[in-house]
Amino acid sequence: MLIYRESSISANGQQSAALSCMSTTNSLPTVLSPGTTAPNFTLPSTPDQSVSLKEFRGNPVILAFYPADWSPVCGDEIALLNELLPEFHRFKAELLGISVDGPWSHMAFAKDHKLKFPLLADCQPKGAVAQQYGVYRSEDGFSERALFVIDADSVIRWSYVSPVGINPGADGILSALEALPVRNGVQK
Amino acid sequence: MIEQASSIFALEITGQDHIQGPENAEVTLVEYGDFECPHCAAAFPIVEKLRHQQGENLRFVYRHFPLSESHPNAQNAAEAAEAAGAKDLFWPMHQLLFENQTALAIPDLVGYAEQLGVDAGWFKETLVKHLFAKRVREDFIGGVRSGVNGTPTFFINGIRHDGSASFAALTNAVSEQVNSTAKKPRKAGS
Repeated sequence: MLIYRESSISANGQQSAALSCMSTTNSLPTVLSPGTTAPNFTLPSTPDQSVSLKEFRGNPVILAFYPADWSPVCGDEIALLNELLPEFHRFKAELLGISVDGPWSHMAFAKDHKLKFPLLADCQPKGAVAQQYGVYRSEDGFSERALFVIDADSVIRWSYVSPVGINPGADGILSALEALPVRNGVQK
Repeated sequence: MIEQASSIFALEITGQDHIQGPENAEVTLVEYGDFECPHCAAAFPIVEKLRHQQGENLRFVYRHFPLSESHPNAQNAAEAAEAAGAKDLFWPMHQLLFENQTALAIPDLVGYAEQLGVDAGWFKETLVKHLFAKRVREDFIGGVRSGVNGTPTFFINGIRHDGSASFAALTNAVSEQVNSTAKKPRKAGS
């Protein structure tokens, strides 16, 4: 059984909660916590296009790992995040959704939900990026429902893992974006 | 470690809110809803039944949470309810919108306004110019900051109700609060 977990970093960059990600078993990986440099990755966003995290350096990035396209909670969560894009853009932040579904599933899911942000296919090798971030559920074959806010220098500033069946909402993301230091008039 | 407290309701009930029931009710039920969301339409008669069952024990507050990307008419419908509200007709419009959820295009909304005796020209202008859009957005953002994660989301005395929105589940949750608030003073703002 998982308990949900959250960790944060203070405005001066000191890690204030090294690890609040805990499982009641020892078999799960450790979620990357604030202060950690976000591992770069390159994943397909469509059958013939790819996106790398490093392309977004200079802007905050929100990574939203979710278990699967088409599942009811995921649909709700993704629809809510899609609705909040204008709020995220106020912070110049980019949103990337990631699941183990393939690009064809993502395309259909994005079209059905009228999504205006990329969904990345962590499908080959399956869940490799989720594993890098410590949010892969190897026993299930899909990722945790996990959120990361990464600053403009590619440092993770906030991470949160929700129970798989609970939509985490977006309040934590907005609070994390607000807590980013302001540089040149925008949150970095 | 920061404890996640997303289930705690962030906004006070204010004079701007649409409220049914007495201010000193033992339980306040807040719904964040979307007039084009089928689950919200299903919840409408449940809330009505609950209000009648609980009587003076329950104060009900409705706030807007239109998911416009999923429901293209939801924003206009929410603004229509606000426009009707400006004429003290929020609740009759709220009912009409949920009972006619499949017909929420602007001509439909104007028709409902006319049914309620609202001047159609004025009403349509408020929709076209989005005069109540800011008001609806305030509800939406307040909901996000309170931990609303979909529709409908209910808060019972300030705590998000993560259980089912069935009549039985809501009745149980409300009754628990009635019983507990009967034993201790209610927190300010809850």
